[in-house]
Amino acid sequence: MIAVRGLHKRFGDQTALRDVDLDVARGEVVVVIGPSGSGKSTLCRCLNRLETPDSGEIRVDGAALPAEGRALARLRADVGMVFQSFNLFHHKTVLENLTLGPTKVRGDSRAEAERRARELLDRVGIGDQAGKLPAQLSGGQQQRAAIARALAMRPKVMLFDEPTSALDPEMVGEVLDVMTGLARDGMTMVVVTHEMGFARQVADRVVFMADGEVVETGTPAEFFASPATDRARDFLAKVLSH
Amino acid sequence: MNVITDHLAEFGDGLLLTVGLTLLSLAGALAAGVVVAALRVSPVRVLRAAGMAYVEVLQNVPLLVWLVLAVFGLPEVGVIAGLFTTAVVVIALYQGAYAAEAIRSGINAVPAGQGEAARALGLTFTQSLRLVILPQALRTVIQPLGNIAIMTLMNTALAAAVGVVELTAAANRVNLAEAQPIWIFVTAGLAYMALSAVFGLVTGTLERRLAILR
Ligand SMILES: Nc1ncnc2c1ncn2[C@@H]1O[C@H](COP(=O)(O)OP(=O)(O)O)[C@@H](O)[C@H]1O
Ligand SMILES: [Mg+2]
Repeated sequence: MIAVRGLHKRFGDQTALRDVDLDVARGEVVVVIGPSGSGKSTLCRCLNRLETPDSGEIRVDGAALPAEGRALARLRADVGMVFQSFNLFHHKTVLENLTLGPTKVRGDSRAEAERRARELLDRVGIGDQAGKLPAQLSGGQQQRAAIARALAMRPKVMLFDEPTSALDPEMVGEVLDVMTGLARDGMTMVVVTHEMGFARQVADRVVFMADGEVVETGTPAEFFASPATDRARDFLAKVLSH
Repeated sequence: MNVITDHLAEFGDGLLLTVGLTLLSLAGALAAGVVVAALRVSPVRVLRAAGMAYVEVLQNVPLLVWLVLAVFGLPEVGVIAGLFTTAVVVIALYQGAYAAEAIRSGINAVPAGQGEAARALGLTFTQSLRLVILPQALRTVIQPLGNIAIMTLMNTALAAAVGVVELTAAANRVNLAEAQPIWIFVTAGLAYMALSAVFGLVTGTLERRLAILR
């Protein structure tokens, strides 16, 4: 579903991604972990070209990512993205957040878009919040609305960039539950997260990044039981020690 | 006081023309402002440069010079339009440069994540701007746009210099007949103040109604 080859990205003289390869199969859940600044977000953002890579190739469902314009917009419609800071549209109700893309990009009728939006809001457990503005929701509810907004586009892949990092601890579970449900339903997912429990239980594969490189990749069982590299061992020792 | 009551019709006509000039050129200025601000944040370099050139050229020549140039220059190149229409268009384009700068600052105040989320949904740059960024940007610059509205109102007085008989020109004509400048121009001034008070009220109301919860 996603094939990345030789991805490079620099910000000024800072290298964020160095020769990154990544394959994600249809229906696979890949969890990306690694220390802060290791390039996880940059990788995620390159996958739908919110960042423009310096070199390398990215294919989504067989098609190379277009550089600009309508073709790129069409491809982005097939790739859902969930941000750390939710990024719900502040001036629109939750329902309007969900119907904007389907009506303006997919050309769905308003009635059809609203029907599907309400279904999705029910699915993520906030059906009764449809008429509210994002600011009137808790963080956990906002993030679930943001997931529903991405799903409303019927994406082929979902990208999550630390979806629970901005949440109060008691709200992390409700968002992870929605993501776990999605994974069970067969959604192809790339998830950047520090939630090791989620990685263990839901990931098909764990990708460990450090200093802009993919250092190690394997099944969660292999990776957590016996990391092959020192950098992964150090990282796990730090995050699992408490 | 008789100078005012005797000439109420002239004052009334002038006031109407001032209000018309202001509302029409303000509408034009907002439209021009939105378009030019959009150019200034466009991902296409040529469009950005065009937006910037517009603002620089319009802001760095006095409005009176533009008015005189348009009124006397346009017929030379075969464009014949009425004085009122010419004044509306020139004031709209001129104030549009200021509106564009205000709106651009509003666009810059919208968190980057809003545009990213819009583009990630598959909206094109133009759709993101129109449906997500501008509606939020405009709400944050209601106050500066209100000031531009008042500035537009005051600047309509310059149309008097090219023969539009708006409020200031009307007052001047009455004064030529009556030679009572204090009464006459204090009256005109109070009318301008009343009109800008209305703009202030509208701005305040809009700001309260449209505030965005974050
Ligand atoms: N927009 C940016 N401008 C400059 N440097 C950036 C930008 N985004 C990321 N970086 C740099 O790229 C590196 C990787 O960042 P990031 O992908 O955000 O890491 P992570 O998500 O793993 O914490 C960091 O060194 C960061 O400082
Ligand atoms: Mg990050």
